[in-house]
Amino acid sequence: MATGTETAGPPRAEVAVEIVGLNKWYGEFHVLRDINLKVTRAERIVICGPSGGGKSTLLRCINRLEDWQSGRVIVDGIELTDNPKQIVAVRRDVGMVFQQFNLFPHLTVLENCTLAPIWVRRMPKRDAEALAMRYLERVKIPEQAQKYPATLSGGQQQRVAIARALCMNPNIMLFDEPTSALDPEMVKEVLDTMVELASDGITMLVVSHEMGFARQVADRVIFMADGQIVEINEPKGFFGAPQHERTKLFLQQILR
Amino acid sequence: MARSGIWNWLRANLLSSPANIALTLLCLIFLAWIIPPLVRFLLTDAVWSGSDRQACLASPDNPQPGACWAFVRVWSSYFIFGFYPLGQRWRVVLFFAALAFGVVWLLWLSAPRRDLGALYFFLALPVLSLILLSGLPAIGLINVPTTLWGGILVTIVVSTIGMVLSLPLGILLALGRRSRFPVVKTLSVAFIEFVRGVPLITVLFMASVMLPLFVPERFSPDKLVRALVGVAIFASANMAEVVRAGLSAIPRGQYEAANALGLSYWRTMALVVLPQALRVTLPNIVNTFVALFKDTTLVFVVGIFDFLRTIEAARGDPNWASPITSVTGYVFAALFYFVCCYGMSRYAQNVEMRLARRSGPRER
Repeated sequence: MATGTETAGPPRAEVAVEIVGLNKWYGEFHVLRDINLKVTRAERIVICGPSGGGKSTLLRCINRLEDWQSGRVIVDGIELTDNPKQIVAVRRDVGMVFQQFNLFPHLTVLENCTLAPIWVRRMPKRDAEALAMRYLERVKIPEQAQKYPATLSGGQQQRVAIARALCMNPNIMLFDEPTSALDPEMVKEVLDTMVELASDGITMLVVSHEMGFARQVADRVIFMADGQIVEINEPKGFFGAPQHERTKLFLQQILR
Repeated sequence: MARSGIWNWLRANLLSSPANIALTLLCLIFLAWIIPPLVRFLLTDAVWSGSDRQACLASPDNPQPGACWAFVRVWSSYFIFGFYPLGQRWRVVLFFAALAFGVVWLLWLSAPRRDLGALYFFLALPVLSLILLSGLPAIGLINVPTTLWGGILVTIVVSTIGMVLSLPLGILLALGRRSRFPVVKTLSVAFIEFVRGVPLITVLFMASVMLPLFVPERFSPDKLVRALVGVAIFASANMAEVVRAGLSAIPRGQYEAANALGLSYWRTMALVVLPQALRVTLPNIVNTFVALFKDTTLVFVVGIFDFLRTIEAARGDPNWASPITSVTGYVFAALFYFVCCYGMSRYAQNVEMRLARRSGPRER
């Protein structure tokens, strides 16, 4: 994943994401309460918890799809402020995969993948296409390159979305419930892709209820509820000996 | 076999219930009532040749003459060119050819190098047309003032410029209306709502009467240019609302995905949002174009001789005074507008079907 050190400053800071005292309200509703989190480079984090607990919102703060009222978010040594330059710098460096895929339906699979490299990285079209084909091969659907997203299955669409994000050579990947919108038989193909990616040394933050995936690849698992980080631990401790009542209850419900 | 096939089709589609049988019969009666007189008037009893009104008056040979096509034939060059000087009319013909070439290049979806086509249409053609039509003495083309332009030439110029300007301006206004910046938003909303709340005829009067008040007399724009400005303003306000409807059909996830990839606002709009929004709203865009094409007939109120106005003028010709001259003129005008508008809507349907085939059902 080496992108070279084209930017000045601390090249590839050891801390990939640092969140300090983050608070966010939707009107009266306090979605994120005093979040503090430090993610080191190449770390793989799985965030779980009941819906409405603020998991996705937290993830979306990392590439500033959401803004906040107080606190700081520093990504790859760049502090996110209202400054659009910094926001774009962070977004170039952070890939994101959405629950609903959000592929561009008017573009082919290949065009979906080359759009940002061509227009944001200013890569020549030929190079962008070669790069895109490499990642489409990695997610095992090079043969769909010329098709339109609507003609693919959900699992294939989500793998295209992963390839599209990877084409920007991100240092950090955010996954927002990547398998929640999929039919059960397609969950595995997407998870397999993510597991393969995890062995790559890319920093990953994954909001997911796939506990098997968390056990297998996570360095740390975070349990969030009511806008707070309730518990944060290595998978072994997290699943073996949860500390908080809320975590125990949640794990009981989800693991049955 | 074939006969029973037709019979089955008739039974299934036209005679499936008593109500349907009644409707089918009513339609047949209506067609029998309307078609024979139409055919008689437009074709069989029509007068095709002649040099003055005598040909189109009732005579023992033709006691009830139909359409007086002879009149249209004699006046046809006036309908096309207006008062454009006789010796210079090849320039108009050349302009029509250049325009047709550009339109085909742009609209034929599988034409080669459509990017060059766009360049030709939006950059080369306007300059070329301006030189060709209004003249450039330096290269031997004498000046032809716009007061001499008329007929189909004016209708085509006004409607083409109206359409070509209204789409980009309408897009900008629609984006402005959704802007985060209060000033941009307020100005866009004010412009759109004001222009949309006023009839085209008023906009035209304002453009032609008020514009000269704001600019020094020396620079006072040409009458035709003033009308063009009026038409473009009116059309872009309408287009803005059409585009806005398309924009609101694009799910938020599309913006988020584009943002997450680091695309700027303008790139997100140009590469992700607008291509989808315009596609969704293509039928409405064409609808607006068709309406605009027909609305150009209103430029006569500011003294411009568009196609319909030339027919108005010609039908008063005492040489051709007959009970059917006016009717024939209007029927000819109706045919012209119908062919143009129907062509536009057929083309749009074609493109829609093509796009639907290409990308399948929309995501979710």
